[in-house]
Amino acid sequence: MSGAVSGGPLLSVRDARVGFGTVRGLLRAVDGVSFDLQAGRTLGVVGESGSGKSVLVRSLIGLVGGGSGAVVGGQVLLEGQDLRGLSAAGLREVLGRDIGIVFQDPMTSLNPVMKIGRQIGEGLQLNRGLDGAAAARRAVELLAEVGIPEPERRAVQYPHELSGGMRQRVAIAIAIACEPKLLIADEPTTALDVTVQRQILDLLQREQRQRGMAMILITHDLGVAAGRADDIMVMYAGRAVEMATTREIFRGPRMPYTEALLRSLPRLSDVAHTRLSAIPGRPPDLARRGMGCAFAPRCTYRSDRCETEEPALTRDGARGFACFNPLAAGSRVVA
Amino acid sequence: MHWLARQVLRLAVVLLCVTLLTYLIVNILPGDVAIVILGSLATPQDIAGLRADLGLDRPMLVRYFDWLGSALSGDLGRSYRNGEPVAQAIADRLPVSLQLMVMAQIIALGIAVPAALLSVRRPGGLFDRMSASAAFGFLATPNFMLGIVLIYLFSVTLDLLPATGFTPMSESLWGNFESMILPSLTLGLIEWTVLMRVLRSDLLTTLKEDFILLARAKGLPPWRVLLLHALRPSSFTLITVLGLNIGGLIGGAVIVEQIFALPGVGRLLLGGIFNRDLILVQGTVSFIAAGFVLINFLVDMLYAVLDPRVRYVRFRS
Ligand SMILES: Nc1ncnc2c1ncn2[C@@H]1O[C@H](COP(=O)(O)OP(=O)(O)OP(=O)(O)O)[C@@H](O)[C@H]1O
Ligand code: SF4
Ligand SMILES: [Mg+2]
Repeated sequence: MSGAVSGGPLLSVRDARVGFGTVRGLLRAVDGVSFDLQAGRTLGVVGESGSGKSVLVRSLIGLVGGGSGAVVGGQVLLEGQDLRGLSAAGLREVLGRDIGIVFQDPMTSLNPVMKIGRQIGEGLQLNRGLDGAAAARRAVELLAEVGIPEPERRAVQYPHELSGGMRQRVAIAIAIACEPKLLIADEPTTALDVTVQRQILDLLQREQRQRGMAMILITHDLGVAAGRADDIMVMYAGRAVEMATTREIFRGPRMPYTEALLRSLPRLSDVAHTRLSAIPGRPPDLARRGMGCAFAPRCTYRSDRCETEEPALTRDGARGFACFNPLAAGSRVVA
Repeated sequence: MHWLARQVLRLAVVLLCVTLLTYLIVNILPGDVAIVILGSLATPQDIAGLRADLGLDRPMLVRYFDWLGSALSGDLGRSYRNGEPVAQAIADRLPVSLQLMVMAQIIALGIAVPAALLSVRRPGGLFDRMSASAAFGFLATPNFMLGIVLIYLFSVTLDLLPATGFTPMSESLWGNFESMILPSLTLGLIEWTVLMRVLRSDLLTTLKEDFILLARAKGLPPWRVLLLHALRPSSFTLITVLGLNIGGLIGGAVIVEQIFALPGVGRLLLGGIFNRDLILVQGTVSFIAAGFVLINFLVDMLYAVLDPRVRYVRFRS
């Protein structure tokens, strides 16, 4: 059934746009984002709260809109198939079979009144044609696979009987149940205890490698993306402002916002719990965007042009950045 | 203390208060059963004699505890008017009232749940707006008026259903059903409105939850998301209102039984009030109150069935 052009990207997003009609006018939550994701690779999407990361990935799979007054634009190709052109039923089929998603907060992303085993098995029955008993057996296997002890017992429990970390493991089991080609993890550890964050990230990475899935890993912490993403897309105010391999980003960011994100990372050499240098200022109001660069009010490299003109994402080989006064290539960030 | 034991204790206290209050109110009611029985030409001596025979000359609290003692053993006394045991009179009429209320509730839920589900498919859409208007229309209609309109429509104009009167089940199952349709509709058509609005609003809240998004991401079709994932977590307010509405339903049943001449507990009560048959009124009201409290107790238990989190808190802590 694969309509992929061999060698082509698994996922190709062109000029994705999402606007919400609000009382204060059109809020451009996602404003022309394009990227490609190859099969088996991980793309880290990094940006502050409100930069449009969640809206972007939800819009890709048709989970924004439908009554929320959202205007969605652009093209989304999965193995060459245009998801935006599919019927509702066609999209559901792709969603169930080829894409898995893990949300930020496992307290709210699992149905509180449905047993865990059923929540995992449900998709298997629908998308893989398993009968109830087979789906239940598979659910137990999946629970074991994501590292939940006593999976038979857990399968008949409800989400509130599990800890946050365990719940997120269940959410991962749900996401990978139907063997998707693409796994979307939307800040999968933000709501969790620091002690289990790493375990969950490791689990995601292990599953991704074993199954050869592509993954979009959303985080507001560049450090999380550091060892786990092949490529990084930095988002600011609904736009992609820098795109590069993870190595390149850490070698030297070109865009001042990326640099600022890097500076705010805690370092091993830091005394524990010293204050991070948070980025001063706040992101712009998306419903009231001015003409210039959205980062200008907070940017230390700002020039006159930045106030009146919006920089486009310029390509320099495989990497891209949106800035009039980019940092020199290879300029290491010293915090 | 165990949760259940605490509930039962509370139940007992509430029932004690309710019966005492009823006793006080019923005894404050103006009018004297002795006069009703003997007629307005009776001499004061006759009246005093009858009052003594009925035990009405003793202090009120003494009579209350007397009554309570027998009530606990199931004896609610005998009607002042015709000597019929009150418990028996209630038992005879209860099935009619219960049937009326159960059928009304089924009709109400049968309209409310599908209407709410259809409304939230497209909030603000045509169906949503139409059902909202219909709901407010019915809500604003007093049930005696709705009853009369229904009689006019289905009995007088269409000649489909009997206007009044009751056919016992033992006589004819279908006849019984026919005689109960209009009365139950009269109650149910008003009851569904609140249930629908409450369920609709809870559904809309639930539909914004992440777990609904996750259900959609699994590829489930919209109606399965609604029925399997959204409905149950959205039904708690509905259940609460269902319990609280029992009071209104009982009040409505009293009126509807009157309109349709159904031999239910409501008509028994009204007859008792007109005749100043205090012991009958006392028994009936206490019975109804006990029923109300008991049903709400059961509703409370229902939460635990519907919501595993409640079960967890109640039985494991
Ligand atoms: N349904 C909606 N209606 C209107 N505005 C919305 C809606 N959903 C999101 N937004 C707005 O879109 C912007 C982007 O939100 P989004 O949730 O994508 O940010 P995010 O990058 O995921 O942030 P976080 O790190 O907090 O998850 C925000 O300004 C948010 O207020
Ligand atoms: S375009 Fe100007 S304001 Fe924007 S990031 Fe570059 S230097 Fe800063
Ligand atoms: Mg988000």
